[in-house]
Amino acid sequence: MERNLMKGNEALAEAALRAGCKCFFGYPITPQTEISAYLAKNMAKAGGVFLQAESEVAAINMVLGAASTGVRAMTSSSSPGVSLKSEGVSYIAGSDLPCVIINVQRGGPGLGGIQPSQADYWQATKALGHGDYQLLVYAPSSVQEMVDKVTLAFDMADAYRMPVMILADGLLGQMMEPVTFPEKKTDFIEKPWATDGHGGKRKHNITNSLYLKPEELEKSVVERFKRYDEIKAKHTEAELYLTEDADIIVTAYGATARVAKSAVNLARAEGIKAGLFRPITLWPFPVNEINEAVKNAKVILDVEMSMGQMIEDVKLATNCSKPVEFYGRTGGVIPTPAEVLEQIKKLGGAK
Amino acid sequence: MNYDILLAGFGGQGILFAGKILAYSGLMDSKEVSWLPSYGPEMRGGTCNCSVCISDEPIGSPLVVNPNVLVAMNTPSLEKFIGTVQPGGTVIVDSSMVDIKVERTDVKVCYVPATELTSTDPQLKGGANIILMGKLIAETGMFTTDTIKAAFEKVVPAKRAHLIDNNLKAIKTGMEYNG
Repeated sequence: MERNLMKGNEALAEAALRAGCKCFFGYPITPQTEISAYLAKNMAKAGGVFLQAESEVAAINMVLGAASTGVRAMTSSSSPGVSLKSEGVSYIAGSDLPCVIINVQRGGPGLGGIQPSQADYWQATKALGHGDYQLLVYAPSSVQEMVDKVTLAFDMADAYRMPVMILADGLLGQMMEPVTFPEKKTDFIEKPWATDGHGGKRKHNITNSLYLKPEELEKSVVERFKRYDEIKAKHTEAELYLTEDADIIVTAYGATARVAKSAVNLARAEGIKAGLFRPITLWPFPVNEINEAVKNAKVILDVEMSMGQMIEDVKLATNCSKPVEFYGRTGGVIPTPAEVLEQIKKLGGAK
Repeated sequence: MNYDILLAGFGGQGILFAGKILAYSGLMDSKEVSWLPSYGPEMRGGTCNCSVCISDEPIGSPLVVNPNVLVAMNTPSLEKFIGTVQPGGTVIVDSSMVDIKVERTDVKVCYVPATELTSTDPQLKGGANIILMGKLIAETGMFTTDTIKAAFEKVVPAKRAHLIDNNLKAIKTGMEYNG
């Protein structure tokens, strides 16, 4: 297959088109704007709707409307814009609608900065909006994975009737790498719940997230969590790199995992037995996979572009069976392999 | 082969495009490549830089912190990055735009008056960045001219195909410059 060189943002947008995304609603924000720009240019040619909304709040509610009719819909933004979408995301989850939400993270809080960051881990995996619900969250680490995961995200969203997030960052969005694309998707699952026209042949469907009777609301939430359990059992993903004999396991996701992998290679070249655990699904966190990765390790080093958010899941998933240390840069500063290597060496010397 | 390349200069000098040509050349040679621009409040006249990695192995961090090839198209860029170049690395300087000399003796420095050279031939207009790429591949042997040609053919859209010859002329000018 032909390899193309594309920016992460543009590759993701092309993959969304090939996945059959028919509606995109967004509002520009650095560093994700190329997604909007690409779809502004190409969505109409693909027979879909591109609409630059008046705000992020409007965009996510347009996604709710489009998704309820059964078409594949997506929105994208960066950290401050994703916060604005939170109410709508909760409504989409409460209405059991499928959609794909892209967060190309930048530094925060507040308007923060525009350089790469991973400070929205908690938001994405714990509480993007109110209520008892989860997003399925994929963390790509390369431009190719931006393509692969957005392709998968649409299928998973449809299969489980839930919002799926791609949690990327400014580095992945802005960088170019070789990438190949899947063929355009043509087979889609039936959506008997969709609020589309049916000529009076069946009972009409209603999109709703309001249940005034507590027992009914509880029932709807419990039913949703059964689907979450199935995802936890079947669909966690992680990469284990040189973990088998490793004394020290570095845990990192997304762009930071690339830096960490370089550091692991540098450490190996110096005779230090280091390995990398990279969660690809952030929710559900790959619990079995991390325990497999750290089984022979003496210590875990969690590395993030934040003050330390995923580290809590690392500790929880491993049941604190190993000491977990942390190294992070934040505010848009990208850690270097040399910095991570220094941390590995510090821990490697203190066995 | 493992090149960590940093290209730096003013916005508008074609830093990002020059980087793209290197990345596409790597793609043509079936290498692993990455291209990462500095992004932010850059604009014409502001500072701008671009990291390009070309390797036989999968690329880890695409951010080049210690380049083994530095291309500097203005004085502030050379001052900022010269200390970060790996010993034994190659430094290509547009000497029309840079009024200082490199004091380090552990790197190879090529001074090319690229911007001045563009005034010698209308076909070279705006091609200082590409002239420097010519010098870069002559010094490092990173790519053959056939690879570079294939990269231009891939990058330059069909309706601007007439610009390919100009670019290839700029490459040749850089390769043949001995100052």
